[in-house]
Amino acid sequence: MEGQLAEFLGGSALELGASHGALGHGHWRYGKDEDGIGWLVLDREDASVNTISDTVLRELDAHLDRIEFNLPRVLVLRSSKARGFAMGADIDALAEMEAEATETLLTEAHRVLDRLEGLSCPTVAVVHGAALGAGFELTLACDYRIAIEGASFGLPEVRLGLHPGLGGTRRLPELIEPTAAMQMMLTGSTAHTKKARDLGIADLVVQERHVRAAVAAIRDGEVEQRGRGLMARAFALSSARTLAATRMRRETEKAAPSKHYPAPHALIDIWEKHGNDPDAMQKAEIASFAQLLQTETSGNLIRAFFLRRTLKNAGGARDDIARVHVVGAGAMGAEIAAWAAMQGKHVTVSDPDEEALGGMIRRAAEICKDEHKDALETRDTLDRLMPDPGEYGVAQADLVIEAGPEKPELKAEIFEGLARRMKPGAILATNTSSLQLADFLEHVPDKARFAGLHFFNPVPKVPLIEVVSHDATGAETRERLLSFCTAIDRLPVAVTDYPGFLVNRALMPYLLEALLMMDEGIAKERIDKAAKEFGMPMGPVTLADQVGLDICLDVAESLSKSLQTGIAEIPALLREKVEAGDLGRKTGRGFYDWSDGTPKPDTSESTGEDLTDRLILPLLNACATCLREGVVGTADEADAAMIFATGFAPFRGGPLHYAGTRGHDAIRARLDEFAAAHGPRFKPDAYWRDVKPT
Amino acid sequence: MNGREVFLVDGARTPFLRARGKRGPFTPVDLAVQCGRPLLARQPVAPDAYDMVILGCVNVIADEMNPARVAALRLGMGEAMVAFSVQINCGSGMQSIDTAFRYIREGRGDLILAGGTEALSHAPMILRDEAVDWLAGMQRSSGPLATAQSALQIRPSHLRPVIGLERGLTDPITDLSMGQTAEVLAHHFGITRQAADAYAIESHRRLAAAQEDGTLADEVLPAFDREGNVYRRDDGVRPESNMKKLAGLKPVFEKPYGQVTAGNASQVTDGACWCILASAEAVETHNLRPLARIVDSDWAALDPQVMGLGPVLSVTPLLQRQKLGAEDIDLWEINEAFAAQVLACLKAWQDEAFCRDVLGLDAPLGVIPRDRLNVHGGAIALGHPVGTSGNRIVLHLARAMAKRGGKRGIATECIGGGQGGAMLLEVA
Repeated sequence: MEGQLAEFLGGSALELGASHGALGHGHWRYGKDEDGIGWLVLDREDASVNTISDTVLRELDAHLDRIEFNLPRVLVLRSSKARGFAMGADIDALAEMEAEATETLLTEAHRVLDRLEGLSCPTVAVVHGAALGAGFELTLACDYRIAIEGASFGLPEVRLGLHPGLGGTRRLPELIEPTAAMQMMLTGSTAHTKKARDLGIADLVVQERHVRAAVAAIRDGEVEQRGRGLMARAFALSSARTLAATRMRRETEKAAPSKHYPAPHALIDIWEKHGNDPDAMQKAEIASFAQLLQTETSGNLIRAFFLRRTLKNAGGARDDIARVHVVGAGAMGAEIAAWAAMQGKHVTVSDPDEEALGGMIRRAAEICKDEHKDALETRDTLDRLMPDPGEYGVAQADLVIEAGPEKPELKAEIFEGLARRMKPGAILATNTSSLQLADFLEHVPDKARFAGLHFFNPVPKVPLIEVVSHDATGAETRERLLSFCTAIDRLPVAVTDYPGFLVNRALMPYLLEALLMMDEGIAKERIDKAAKEFGMPMGPVTLADQVGLDICLDVAESLSKSLQTGIAEIPALLREKVEAGDLGRKTGRGFYDWSDGTPKPDTSESTGEDLTDRLILPLLNACATCLREGVVGTADEADAAMIFATGFAPFRGGPLHYAGTRGHDAIRARLDEFAAAHGPRFKPDAYWRDVKPT
Repeated sequence: MNGREVFLVDGARTPFLRARGKRGPFTPVDLAVQCGRPLLARQPVAPDAYDMVILGCVNVIADEMNPARVAALRLGMGEAMVAFSVQINCGSGMQSIDTAFRYIREGRGDLILAGGTEALSHAPMILRDEAVDWLAGMQRSSGPLATAQSALQIRPSHLRPVIGLERGLTDPITDLSMGQTAEVLAHHFGITRQAADAYAIESHRRLAAAQEDGTLADEVLPAFDREGNVYRRDDGVRPESNMKKLAGLKPVFEKPYGQVTAGNASQVTDGACWCILASAEAVETHNLRPLARIVDSDWAALDPQVMGLGPVLSVTPLLQRQKLGAEDIDLWEINEAFAAQVLACLKAWQDEAFCRDVLGLDAPLGVIPRDRLNVHGGAIALGHPVGTSGNRIVLHLARAMAKRGGKRGIATECIGGGQGGAMLLEVA
């Protein structure tokens, strides 16, 4: 809705019953209707979303005193925040806690939830938006859950190296089919409205306008509980659980090896051992949670969570870019355009090749499918995405993104062609990955409104965008671009105009070292295995194939041209592949055969000499150089960029954090050893000597 | 003529895509969005600055009731955009322009998007009445016995679907198919099979030439489907066609002696077209560049059996009112429903008795030279998406006038059910 009508009708107000206008302070408000419905509403002070903290639970405890004393006929729990029920535990508070304090706190928290569960009146959680983690666990202590259309439920604790800690490990397998419950907790996946109803998490799905009637129906005993399934009984037998647990362990090991990710394995252990004994389960959950919270994995995954938040917040809320024009419908241009359109931007795309524009539409339809967009969302996305061979969109665009081939003359020509047609105030950004912005300044219409927006391939899977400023890029331009990135649900990091910017500058020495090892006769499978054991999502040789060997060569050449030191000679192997036209995934063959999808190299043989440091340290060293030279603002941003662009083992907290854990002196000594053995490309950066880890 | 001046400032259409025996890639509104998006994007006016949207469409599909409004919203023209659909069969696309013209002339709007769209390949398969009754009976009957008895009443013939398109192209009053109405005219006006075939060949030749020399560049904009296919040009054109090939075709509507064949009739096709109409104030405010001025329009009705004479009956009073003769018109677009039908119109205007007795003229209106008529081909080569064609001929007339010079032009069409529509343009 727009304008006055929207203002008058006020979107959709939440039904808050008698709590509306109820007095009181703190995070909760409570009021009881004449018809016997008690409304207990969570509305965290000084926050736009709800999280569950220890104060929230203590105040809930105090409200339960009053509620028990004057029992309503039915108690409703809900949030008054527009954005949803609750996002989970207060992670900032959690991150600081010692093991013993954690146990004490959790035991107390469990007592409060048990008390809620034990109320003698029916209790109903009304959920709009997301109920995640501790928020979901709070609803699990209620007798009924009403989902408002669009609601979602999930226990994503494994992503923080934890498992549920507020009774979720016990209550969810009691409520729904136990293996489905375990699946949700092991993968941290979210059940959206329909799935939540099918699973038995939600007893009713209603529109907001019918909440009061639905609650009254529960009060009057007209609604049956959907969960409380009989399946739980099948797993009361420990032999049945052992059978299921064995399968779960096998699956989990593939996605999250226990060596690096202990939490899901701990969860399976608890369930297998105590699945038929709620009290023992509760105790084990508390102890295990407290223990996991102290692990390095959890500490680093929580760190990654904070880093994500930091990047997200780097872009302010003031996004003023509504119309985007993309020049070039190649693989990157097409995905950038499709993604932006899916996130609500009006996007036009030009390309001299109309077939490429057609391919872009097909790709956009695929992305909508992969992102689970429904028929209407897909239609609207495709309606917002206009192939524009006539380049009509240029004159209206707030932002023009150039995603043409990596040929300097061609880019210069494109920039000059745009100059006369872009509207005043519009930003011109290039998606170049191997060229420097400074080389184009005389060709662009407005230096202050020229910057880099470096997306990564594939755009829907890699959340990071480098926002690149050259010396004359205006601060306002940078801010607007950061906000734009946040608005299209990507993570921006501000970097300067440096060869390879940050991510490719740091990644390339790692990839080149891998290729040099291959040149030396080391099997590519062994190299990839070493990196995967370190925790990389894929090995460097596979990654080079995925990025595209032509692009690797472009970036490597541009780096070796512009940097005096620190970069390996480009291995002949790479040139040969590119000359032969074997460019990796996109041509079906690179170092690996991609004709049947992502290769799964056989990595069963033992690795022999440890290759890990020789691969990883060049990457760390390059990050140090970038930080020292001011390419990126802080070590945290560098770590975040490498985690969210390359998947750098998140449980290690990022390259510089990892270096800090090992000690800068140790890193320097190891680099010196490699320099002596393999050459000056390993020369330790001055950073290791000058900066102490924090 | 009283009222404010009205200009046609721009317009664009999709390529016209032949129906190939299965549903085409686009629904009626999809087609309208495909050409509407780039058309709106190249205007110096925001999409929500229009006063209203009017869209002609004959075969509306169930998911797109009032296609004008669905299209306006999908085109991002804002929730406050008034939009309605119009339907006068083959004249719907011109009806939308005429309605917009009248709104602006009266001062009730300054900027209106008026179009036509049709996806004949999406015309529904219809259940026979017997089958509908049977289904209703099944739903009404209660108890297993009654249901079983109801179920037994179905006959295989009930389930043979009716092709909606076939019924749509048949006049409900006379039960003559449109092709048969052309046979009637050919008979009355002595149009030979050879003359009709020769006319058809020329239509293909002209369209092919226009496609080659870039005449249609700003008018026909490429369409893109979800599978990534790109549609660049009208795909029904057959420049290689010749008299021998056409002579080999069998009559479609009146076998074996009829003369209307698939070769000398318009093609069954999907396509959409939009025109932007503006007042003089809007032209000035938004710095628009008019292609043409809309001067006047007229509609006429006659016996459905001879609906093909619609152009003659609608154009003549328009010319009389404007005190113009045939020679004053520099360019003509007569929609080519059938070659024989166009030729019958031309003959009627040259026939002294017809002009005197039917049109009330002192002398025949005269000859419309072939080099002023459908100069870039017509529906025989392009196809005839019924709700769209009237819009296309007005847009193309305006563009052809702007390109070739010449002061006045007329676009006119015959309308199934026995009507005709005509519109007079002048260079702006």
